[in-house]
Amino acid sequence: MSTGPRHLSTNTPPFHCYLAPLTWVRANLLSGPVDSVLTLLALYLLWIGIPPFIQWAVIDADWVGNSRDQCTSGGACWVFVRVRLNQFLYGAYPADQQWRVNLGLLLFVFLLVPLMLRRVPYKRILAVLLVVVYPVVAYVLFYGGLLELPVVETHQWGGLMLTLILAVVGIVLSLPFGILLALGRRSDLPVIRAACVTYIELWRGVPLITVLFMASVMLPLFFPEGFNPDKLLRAMIGIVLFQSAYIAEVVRGGLQAIPKGQYEAAKALGLGYWQTMGLVILPQALKLVIPGIVNTFIALFKDTTLVLIIGLFDLLGKVQQAFNDPEWLGYSTEGYLFAGFVFWAFCFSISRYSQALERALHTDHRH
Amino acid sequence: MAHEDPASTNAPMVDIRGLNKWFGAFHVLKDIDLRVDKGQRIVICGPSGSGKSTLIRCINRLETYQQGQITVDGIELGENLRNIERVRREVGMVFQHFNLFSHLTVLENCTLAPIWVRKQSRPEAEQTALKYLERVRIPEQADKYPGQLSGGQQQRVAIARSLCMSPRIMLFDEPTSALDPEMIKEVLDVMIELAEEGMTMLCVTHEMGFARTVADRMIFMDEGRIVESAEPDTFFRNPRHDRTKEFLGQILG
Repeated sequence: MSTGPRHLSTNTPPFHCYLAPLTWVRANLLSGPVDSVLTLLALYLLWIGIPPFIQWAVIDADWVGNSRDQCTSGGACWVFVRVRLNQFLYGAYPADQQWRVNLGLLLFVFLLVPLMLRRVPYKRILAVLLVVVYPVVAYVLFYGGLLELPVVETHQWGGLMLTLILAVVGIVLSLPFGILLALGRRSDLPVIRAACVTYIELWRGVPLITVLFMASVMLPLFFPEGFNPDKLLRAMIGIVLFQSAYIAEVVRGGLQAIPKGQYEAAKALGLGYWQTMGLVILPQALKLVIPGIVNTFIALFKDTTLVLIIGLFDLLGKVQQAFNDPEWLGYSTEGYLFAGFVFWAFCFSISRYSQALERALHTDHRH
Repeated sequence: MAHEDPASTNAPMVDIRGLNKWFGAFHVLKDIDLRVDKGQRIVICGPSGSGKSTLIRCINRLETYQQGQITVDGIELGENLRNIERVRREVGMVFQHFNLFSHLTVLENCTLAPIWVRKQSRPEAEQTALKYLERVRIPEQADKYPGQLSGGQQQRVAIARSLCMSPRIMLFDEPTSALDPEMIKEVLDVMIELAEEGMTMLCVTHEMGFARTVADRMIFMDEGRIVESAEPDTFFRNPRHDRTKEFLGQILG
């Protein structure tokens, strides 16, 4: 076994050289008979899986063209995604009005990105703009009816645009509601506590699909005649009410992890309830539960696909709808892969950002 | 909020009458009467479970009580939340486990309450904070987080944080019990200085050397009662009650 440069390393720290990768492979992949067999098996599975997939998805694939006649090579037909891309992104939003969606997205990114970076001036102003002003602007932009923008009814909204709208509204509204519910559940006032517990347990006990059905089919039965709120709005409310119950429980976990001494120190300094919560407890509790909150957000992002069952066509809905086009029968694999990839890209970005955030907020140096 | 009425200079800072408290069926505080005058420094000692911490925690209403009356600086504590918050503003408290806010820097710990409770401007609050951090001898740590400091340093920050509210009375709840022996002195030194400047103080502690140096009055508690209350000289040389003698014998070795 002593083929390595052992004689060099008696008193010196292990030095890294050209041999290191091999040493790593030996230590991690081939350290025993079982390890070796498993490694070889995994390599074999990768070998029979990956190359054919790449062959199909990249090398043999058809990329250009505008009809299925171009898909002749036997590989993936990305032409299908290409031709349908506009629908996948905007749903039935009129083509000549799509600049409004782009502008809205651009504004959103423009406001959000500086907020996500550290050490940017005017953060507070940007945050207020994003949370208070932007929703109004976005509504006018997307829906229209003002400033000579023609109205685009919400049933025309769809595709990735709808997915993002549902996810962003859900995330932005369910967090504050969830925090309030979590505080309520730990309140000293029995009435508030009971109300919050009931709310949380009720909504957590029901599947989202049921909530959406209720929102779209049953709820209108209880409304007075002539009062028929928009279907998208009802779905949004349903999603927010549902997700805040989950957020509430995640936040409660964080609240319970904060030592009693923190509450006492805040009280002893004369801070009132909301000051204690807002300045001392929540900043620490929320930091602790970032992984849980992000987990809930990622689940929410993907759960938005369920609006399909009430007749709203998000990204996945639009992709599935395209499968029924007689012109493009038989290309569902490409469609699902595309939809899956887009969802993965968004969820993965959220996850990476949250990890960076956790590192940036790591200040308590507890051991 | 300050009560500088000249007629009331003789009024007690803290006046406790007939205080009784139960934890469930357990009678923690029994018929406590205690008066603390302005500038007075009282040290409370006693075996663990005697109710001494509970007693001083009642003064800023971190503990509720079932019977009796507590008046702090002329404000009667009761169920009234506004009165409770008024009292808390005037009463500083230092805890056994420091309880610094771990997400804020040392300076932010010190300026939080002055800014939000006293409505001071940030520069004004920071100036005051630096002044007190200098007094507890750690101005150079102002931008660090509590987790980066030693226990003794953290406790000194906690004292500075309380002082930033310009309290009229300071409560110390076993401030050195959680410290390593070599850090106890740096905290006691700060407390002694504070006493010399005339701060009204109520300390729960087992540091008898400190008690001898600063206390005007010693209070010994056992089983929820004030057993003995005397000048330090009399208290240490000539305690009246057997229970006090026994306790002092144990802790002074």
